[in-house]
Amino acid sequence: MPIDVLVVDDSAAIRKILQRVLAQTELPLGKILEAGDGFEAIERLTANNIGLVLTDINMPNMDGIELLKKIRENPQWKSIPVVMITTEGSQQKVLEAVDLGAAGYVRKPFTADQIKEKLLGLV
Amino acid sequence: MTRQEMNVIVEQGVRSSVENVCGTMLGCSVEVGETRQIGHPLQESDGVVALIGMAGQWVGTGALTCKPDLACRLAGALLMDTFDTVNEEVLDAVAELTNMVIGNLKTVIEEHVGPMGLSTPTTIYGASFTTKIGGSQEWTLIPVRVCDGDLLVQVCMVPNEQGRGSLNRLDVVGHMVTRN
Repeated sequence: MPIDVLVVDDSAAIRKILQRVLAQTELPLGKILEAGDGFEAIERLTANNIGLVLTDINMPNMDGIELLKKIRENPQWKSIPVVMITTEGSQQKVLEAVDLGAAGYVRKPFTADQIKEKLLGLV
Repeated sequence: MTRQEMNVIVEQGVRSSVENVCGTMLGCSVEVGETRQIGHPLQESDGVVALIGMAGQWVGTGALTCKPDLACRLAGALLMDTFDTVNEEVLDAVAELTNMVIGNLKTVIEEHVGPMGLSTPTTIYGASFTTKIGGSQEWTLIPVRVCDGDLLVQVCMVPNEQGRGSLNRLDVVGHMVTRN
């Protein structure tokens, strides 16, 4: 059964690129929803049956690390795989995301193959 | 670390970052030109400027500047689309390119000076305006030939003397924009 994906990034450009990349992966994906920050992401998660989250880290209002914490704290969402896609390359942030249970980490800039490879084991 | 040592790190970091970002996301040839240092720039522009701040043990600003037609081509290459005029999508695309270029530079700098914060990018577009950089810090200017156009990467880094360890001080190097 196809799973719905939530793409979270404050850049509309990155959301558009990820929409295209995800559509080309030939993975069993359903709807691809978008959010511009962590708060919008929480709204989408509440209103939809999301099976995978791709999120940026550096965002206004609520960043990707805080969003990951919220997802892991919620019994209904805690098993949803969350992949961090970000320019943030510091070891500190990577380790923090891994400790919080991030399913993967992709650095910007990225290729379509890197995204597909990261999602293969999750979908 | 001295400012001269930081300038060397910035130059090498921008070169590798620009080649990585443009090569991966734009799929077009990139040629990084000769770097030069200037103090207290007052620059007349008639295109797109994207600015982003960094803060930690050192603070600074990175900027990408280009003409409107190149901004449209960069956005087109990034989004696999066609743009004839600078609109919100073009500005967002240039902002994201700046975020990736300066974000990757930040990762290089962090290897030498520890963790730093990165602001969200600000983009400015106008027919005729002047960007004035506050203070008298020395800036590193790196010209880049990409997508058949000239892109200018500008970076200024100074030691964070007043707020050592703070990731929140982004006000040491500021910007002022005025209409001509």
